[in-house]
Amino acid sequence: MKIINKDIISHYNNIRIVCLEISAPDISKMAKPGQFVVLMVCKEGERIPLTIVDNNLEKEIITLIFQEVGLTTKLLGGLKEGDSLYALVGPLGNPTEIKKYGNVILIGGGVGIAEIYPVAKALKEEGNDITTILGVRTKQLLILEKEMEKFSHKFYITTDDGSYGKKGFVTDILKEILTDNLTYNLIYAVGPIPMMREVSELSKPYNIKTIVSLNALMVDGTGMCGCCRVTVEGKTKFSCVDGPEFDAHLVDWDNLIKRNSMYLEKERHICNLLK
Amino acid sequence: MTEAVLPKERITQERINDFEEVVSTYSEEEAFQEAKRCLQCSNPTCILGCPVGIDIKRFIYQITQKDYQSAYFTIREKNNFPSICGRVCPAEYQCRKACILTKKGMSFASEQAINIHFLERFVGDWGIESGIDILQNKNEKISKFKVAVVGSGPAGLCCAGELARAGVKVVIFEGLHKLGGVLRYGIPSFRLPPQILDKEIDYLNKLGVEFITNCIIGKTKSLNELFIEGFHKIFLGLGAGVPSFLGIQGENLCNIYSANEFLTRINLMCSYDFPQFHTPINVGRSIVVIGGGNTAMDAARSALRLQKINGIPPNVTILYRRTEVEMPARRLEIEHAKEEGVNFRFLVQPKKFIGDENGFVERLICLECKLGEPDSSGRRRPIEIEDSEFEVKCDLAIVAIGLLANQILTTVTPQLRTDKYKDVVVDTETMQTSIKNVYAGGDIVGGEGTVIEAMGMAKKAATHIITGLLTSNKLCKFF
Ligand SMILES: Cc1cc2nc3c(=O)[nH]c(=O)nc-3n(C[C@H](O)[C@H](O)[C@H](O)COP(=O)(O)OP(=O)(O)OC[C@H]3O[C@@H](n4cnc5c(N)ncnc54)[C@H](O)[C@@H]3O)c2cc1C
Ligand code: SF4
Ligand code: FES
Repeated sequence: MKIINKDIISHYNNIRIVCLEISAPDISKMAKPGQFVVLMVCKEGERIPLTIVDNNLEKEIITLIFQEVGLTTKLLGGLKEGDSLYALVGPLGNPTEIKKYGNVILIGGGVGIAEIYPVAKALKEEGNDITTILGVRTKQLLILEKEMEKFSHKFYITTDDGSYGKKGFVTDILKEILTDNLTYNLIYAVGPIPMMREVSELSKPYNIKTIVSLNALMVDGTGMCGCCRVTVEGKTKFSCVDGPEFDAHLVDWDNLIKRNSMYLEKERHICNLLK
Repeated sequence: MTEAVLPKERITQERINDFEEVVSTYSEEEAFQEAKRCLQCSNPTCILGCPVGIDIKRFIYQITQKDYQSAYFTIREKNNFPSICGRVCPAEYQCRKACILTKKGMSFASEQAINIHFLERFVGDWGIESGIDILQNKNEKISKFKVAVVGSGPAGLCCAGELARAGVKVVIFEGLHKLGGVLRYGIPSFRLPPQILDKEIDYLNKLGVEFITNCIIGKTKSLNELFIEGFHKIFLGLGAGVPSFLGIQGENLCNIYSANEFLTRINLMCSYDFPQFHTPINVGRSIVVIGGGNTAMDAARSALRLQKINGIPPNVTILYRRTEVEMPARRLEIEHAKEEGVNFRFLVQPKKFIGDENGFVERLICLECKLGEPDSSGRRRPIEIEDSEFEVKCDLAIVAIGLLANQILTTVTPQLRTDKYKDVVVDTETMQTSIKNVYAGGDIVGGEGTVIEAMGMAKKAATHIITGLLTSNKLCKFF
């Protein structure tokens, strides 16, 4: 649970994206792409889920990447090398189904890029042809560019402000790609909910299997509380044990957006106190 | 016959402002007076009502002799955690119901029945305070063996204690960051203060039990890895941790919690002390709790306290589809809930939640019910009355309609046989599962039960684990 290495991989205005390498022998042995950990920074802390971005079996280290948004991620970003987490458990959730699909489109928005990284790596190893679209607000917030480019046959970047790559959104690129004459066998997207939802809407008419990894709120992460429930095809699913990946075309996005903002007021309050 | 002696309780107006314990332990004098009421029957029916067969008559007699140490040992012969069970056992359905002083044909104990659980609690707390430990009963022949216990609820703790006392090396693996299972995250501190649980865990520590938290067997490590690591036998006390939902429209609206989530946020994550503790919880002005068990009572009383703490006028209503008599909760908790101002509405079946424009729950549409013939549980079945639809306003709802088996381990261990409820199947003689050297007990076997039943099963498993280790020892010598 000890932090072996810490990097601020992106810094723009007040926004920081942090990369932590954490010693976790048992978890690193078991972790597969698509899985996550639940951690607590301190004994007063919340339990939050974070995707396992990378794992180094030899060094028994897992890598986590996150943007400092709420209190917990800020506290986490405030830890130093040598500090230990109060709690860390995993790997949780179902791994991504890694196999040869053929032509795959990977879409990452914001820190979601970190979450598609392990999947990209594994899909590449299986011999898939990978088209990657990364989208960020502005150039400084782009992470893992080199790493992702390495796995990709085709590689696109968009920025909201046009400071790098193409000005616009990942979905602008997706729209173009989908009209070319290739068949795509899988789309895998992680990012802000509105992005995932739009990807889903775009791919639906083409009938392309589209997988998203949902970032529902969690407590235990083991199916014990139902905090993470999402509505998929009209049915209730627990994101932590039934997911975190779901068929994007079946997700009730409205419900997810609303449930995820359930504590906004409390979150604001506690962040103000921090200031 | 003298009146039953009841322990002191904190006054309602005071206790609803915090999560401190409501019922006190008997004073020596109170315990003595209550113990003296016991008839010392030649045929003590109370013992038959105890799921683990405590020699109730004997320990009560020992109280009358003020020989608390002997009373403590008498209870500990059968029950490892008297301070816990004395607080949470549904005695009115068990020993007290079987007590000769309960009128025949009652569905739960009469007031006159000896307050066995309060006496047990008195003795248990005396044991904790005087710091006496149960002696180890080490058997050198098995001290070289290692047993892994998965889950630290009452089943796991009890099994670990039994094995450690016999000198076996025990390691408990717990998925959460704290020990105790439901005793920690479910049952609120106003019924079971965490310090009591900590004391019992301390005792296991002293016996040399090792605890590994944040480790989920089936995720962090497989069952097989435990064998590879050198554990000779494994006990599974996984519990029934998965909350059921109603399956009705609107159930995933904001501010609809499972009781497990609501209680976990409060008990395990201390969200009543937000923002000192960082886990948020929403409170609500009009709260409904759906269900009739202990979980529903605990959720309702916790919700009411949260309202008080947050300066909101208490407004919590329990909706139950049968009537008060059929409620499975402990009678004392129902009484406490009423005293504290929780409203009850019986014969109600929720049909649909309706939300506001932000996705927060606003109303619950229900149907009225009437009681029909008894069902498989022996309780009269609720039947919905047509055209009886009505609305309950609520800005927060807690669903407390039951728990299902924890499936984290069983889904990844196909060799582990489960039944249609996904409970682990065991040989009821030995508590061994379909995998050799793997035993199970508690709520993961036979579904949601009670603390004492979980301990009873764990104890049985421990006995067979020890016998198994002793015979395998013989075999070792043979070769
Ligand atoms: C709110 C509430 C109130 C209750 N009130 C009462 C009462 O008043 N009286 C009474 O007698 N009973 C009561 N009960 C029921 C009682 O608590 C249970 O019957 C009892 O706790 C079951 O014990 P257990 O050890 O089988 O499981 P649990 O207490 O559920 O413990 C299981 C533990 O195992 C852990 N675990 C599960 N899977 C794994 C894994 N794969 N790896 C590692 N760890 C794992 C879980 O995290 C948990 O800590 C109540 C239950 C609830 C929910
Ligand atoms: S049945 Fe009641 S009165 Fe008789 S020994 Fe048991 S507790 Fe005492
Ligand atoms: S986070 Fe508790 S059930 Fe998924």
